[in-house]
Amino acid sequence: METSFAITGKGYVIVAADTTAARSIVKMKTDEDKIKTLSEHLVMAYSGEPGDTLQFAEYVSRNIRLYAIRNLYALRPAAAAAWIRRALATSLRSRKPYSVNLLLGGYDETEHAPKLYWVDYLGTMDEVPFAAHGYGSYFALSLLDRYHDPSASLEEGLATLKRCIDEVSKRLVVSPGTYKVKIVDKDGVREVEL
Amino acid sequence: MSRSYDRALTVFSPDGHLFQVTLTATNRNQLIRVIYRWNTLAKRSARVGVRGKDVVVLGVEKKSVLQLQDPRTVRKVVMLDDHVCLAFAGLTADGRVLIDKARIECQSHRLTVEDPVTVEYITKHIAGIKQIHEKYTQSGGVRPFGISTLIVGFDPDDTRPRLYQTEPSGIYSAWKANAIGRSSKTVREFLEKNHKDDLSREETIKLTVKSLLEVVQTGAKNIEISVMESYGKVTNLDLPEIEAIVAGIEREKEAEAERKRSRLAATAAGQAAMSSRADEGASGTPGQ
Repeated sequence: METSFAITGKGYVIVAADTTAARSIVKMKTDEDKIKTLSEHLVMAYSGEPGDTLQFAEYVSRNIRLYAIRNLYALRPAAAAAWIRRALATSLRSRKPYSVNLLLGGYDETEHAPKLYWVDYLGTMDEVPFAAHGYGSYFALSLLDRYHDPSASLEEGLATLKRCIDEVSKRLVVSPGTYKVKIVDKDGVREVEL
Repeated sequence: MSRSYDRALTVFSPDGHLFQVTLTATNRNQLIRVIYRWNTLAKRSARVGVRGKDVVVLGVEKKSVLQLQDPRTVRKVVMLDDHVCLAFAGLTADGRVLIDKARIECQSHRLTVEDPVTVEYITKHIAGIKQIHEKYTQSGGVRPFGISTLIVGFDPDDTRPRLYQTEPSGIYSAWKANAIGRSSKTVREFLEKNHKDDLSREETIKLTVKSLLEVVQTGAKNIEISVMESYGKVTNLDLPEIEAIVAGIEREKEAEAERKRSRLAATAAGQAAMSSRADEGASGTPGQ
């Protein structure tokens, strides 16, 4: 089942999401990228109702880009997260709300600090040191409580992420096979192989 | 629509009071004329666009910024999307509205067809907005967009640079090089004389600066140059770079003038020599 994790560390955020696209009990695809790059220093992992997720992610990414072109500067992570949360909260009160859960990882170039926001389809948002969505979160959160270190190096951060993924593979009945991992730091967004 | 021409407009009287004027056919035309006059008055500086082999350059004449003004807030070249730039001449306020509409269309296009706009598409869109407003002016209280634009950029998956122009009436056209704004005719004539196909990056920039210098007296500090080299790669030249180009052009002009002077001097000397010989001949002839 859909699972996504995110961890902040010293000057970076790691965002990971599984790559399975499933319908009912059938796996349709195993190389789906569920992490969208919104700006030079901001990524968004999305999960939830298929269709809703992509539609909402594209809507968000075009609006974030439009803001940057209009104002010559991209929204900082906190402002982007607030805008996205508002979009979800408005949608929740419409006739057909988006059913999308998000993890927003960014690097604030003004504060020189990594930022991570946990957002769900009800329009709840919180800035957190680590986060997870989906069934994987039931296994990973306690692990992260134990092992997360805000001053960890990138290698240590990736090791912690590996721990979470391994735990999920070990204990979850329907665990996803592969994950896509993206890192945001002062140099921007890049993908890494785990 | 038959009565639409008499829709009332809210107008200030000279003593500051508001009163409503019903437009007759005559004063509607006057209004349109006034708007076009603003339009020409407002075009107080020149913009030039030049297409090279694989580069396209926009040059604008900057009005000198007032001493206490922040120059960053006065922009004449703007980005519409990663790969499209626009320079406008005319009413800045109208420009802002039109640019915003174009920017929204750029992102909206990506959202609907998952592809960036082509330069022609966005040009046509901008011209379309202007055309609609032009049409409204014939009947309602809407006035035309009082701006001309130069739109440059690269199409996705293409290496050829593009340059388009739009006019307030909604006309649009593609160009190798063109100018809008103040003295655009002078600049265009200069470009017609000097533009060649397949110019290199340096040559394109130089031609842009040179053509602007035809109408800009104050030189480098009032010129702004934006260079687009390939899809999404835009650079604005900084003052020292522009100064260097201007200095180069001035040196060339100086050398040219020097050559001309020496040539003139040579012919003058030749003539003088010839006429003095003729004089000698004349005085040498026995009296009359």
